[in-house]
Amino acid sequence: MNPASLDGNAAAGDLADVFAFDVTTAIVTCATCHHTQAVATLHAYLQAPGTVLRCSSCDAVQIRLVRAAQRAWLDLRGINMLEVQLPPEG
Amino acid sequence: MRWLVATIAETFVETARTTTLRLDVPSWPGHRAGQHVDVRLTAEDGYQAQRSYSIASRPGADRLELTVVRIDDGEVSPYLTTDAEVGDQFEVRGPIGGWFVWDGDDGTPVLLVGGGSGVVPLVAMMRHHARVDSVAPMRLLYSARSADDVIFRDELPTLAAGAHREVTLTLTRETSPAWSGRRGHVNAELLAELGWPPSVRAHCFVCGPTPFVEAVSGALVDLGHEAARVKTERFGPTGE
Amino acid sequence: MRVVSRGFQGRARQPGGGLIPPGQYLVDDFPVLTAGPTPFTSLDEWDFSVVDETGAVVARWTWDEFRQLPAETPTVDIHCVTKWSKLGTRWEGVSVDTLLDGVETSAEYVLAFADGDYTTNLPLADVQDGKAWIVYGFDGDELEPEHGGPARLLVPHLYFWKSAKWVRGLRLLDEDLPGFWESAGYHNYGDPWREQRYWGD
Repeated sequence: MNPASLDGNAAAGDLADVFAFDVTTAIVTCATCHHTQAVATLHAYLQAPGTVLRCSSCDAVQIRLVRAAQRAWLDLRGINMLEVQLPPEG
Repeated sequence: MRWLVATIAETFVETARTTTLRLDVPSWPGHRAGQHVDVRLTAEDGYQAQRSYSIASRPGADRLELTVVRIDDGEVSPYLTTDAEVGDQFEVRGPIGGWFVWDGDDGTPVLLVGGGSGVVPLVAMMRHHARVDSVAPMRLLYSARSADDVIFRDELPTLAAGAHREVTLTLTRETSPAWSGRRGHVNAELLAELGWPPSVRAHCFVCGPTPFVEAVSGALVDLGHEAARVKTERFGPTGE
Repeated sequence: MRVVSRGFQGRARQPGGGLIPPGQYLVDDFPVLTAGPTPFTSLDEWDFSVVDETGAVVARWTWDEFRQLPAETPTVDIHCVTKWSKLGTRWEGVSVDTLLDGVETSAEYVLAFADGDYTTNLPLADVQDGKAWIVYGFDGDELEPEHGGPARLLVPHLYFWKSAKWVRGLRLLDEDLPGFWESAGYHNYGDPWREQRYWGD
């Protein structure tokens, strides 16, 4: 744990530009250690050239987000799976 | 999620270093207790700085309220707490976050543990609790440095007077003998005494500086609370 | 419509005139950017390696050995892709030319690797001929961990994300291999004077 790290929750605003749903409650599976956790609980580093979210268990990078004026790049190679909570129908 | 224009309608000084801004935000979609906004300031030359702040106002309040603690060498908080005036504008984006929220729609007991400015989203939850007359037993444990640093100090006793709500303050650096309340950091003993037994499966919300949150959430889990029910929001190294 | 916050200044900065690349501003402080927790490698464990294109470690120094190498004190301007620049920053360290001296290679690329899984790629030519150093001193003091200490790469002619903090070695490669930010949207080369910030710039 880096004392300067924040939660994935703090990255939610930037992530909202690329995800159509509230990503903070989505569950990711770390491709390195297979720990499952909500995006909100990942360790977030926002003071960087991009946003980096790391596994709270093994620190491996889960998500990288780079944003230019009119483009964004989302790298999800650090996760095996993203489970999303969908709103109820009707 | 679009950036919306926020105009300062009112400012209220909470403590020497803390100011509440009451904002008019046309098209504000409403929020849930515990959510935050991103705030973006733009200088004359186009330079921008952005930070996140927890929403202090309860869902449905007339105005969006942010309670900001000044970090002396910060970029954004000195402007918001000291320079900004009624009529000034900036941009907000939100509401953000579906994780660290309490909606008050079940009766499960709730433990709120806040360090410094971490108390802000927790007070939003408690204000919401009061507004909806929730019967969920709610306890707030708020750690501040000294009596002069306690935010919402006039409102907390009023909130605590309500049914099903309790507030305990602990001061970590208060030297005055006039303070008759608790002293010392939030630790496992205090959490065991003032928190709910793990068997109750209370919702626990912990917010404040990162080291505070790590220590308190770790202690709650060590006491037997389910990790999935201990939700945290870390504010970074100094908490602001 | 842009909303200006009356009276907001932000961090101390000035436009740099013609001294700094397009889109940058000068700052007085030294911002700390990080993509992960600060590694704290003890000097007993620290080493620096040069790995050639076959994967062989062709050179390696412990901390004590590294500090015995001839050192230089470059004074350079640095430019971060997040738009801040600093002029005349003073460093102390070993030229990459010294580290590659005697290394036989036909590789055209290099990947700098660091503690904490960070990597950055460059053409080999961009770290040779006095263009790059491995530095352990900044502004007359030991390089602090939050700024990359014990040692970081310094390649001032490219955006500063290429100056990998906590560097532990250079891998010589026949084929270019995008590093941490280059594989996530940042420009593969990163020339600040051509404003090569992102893919496709």
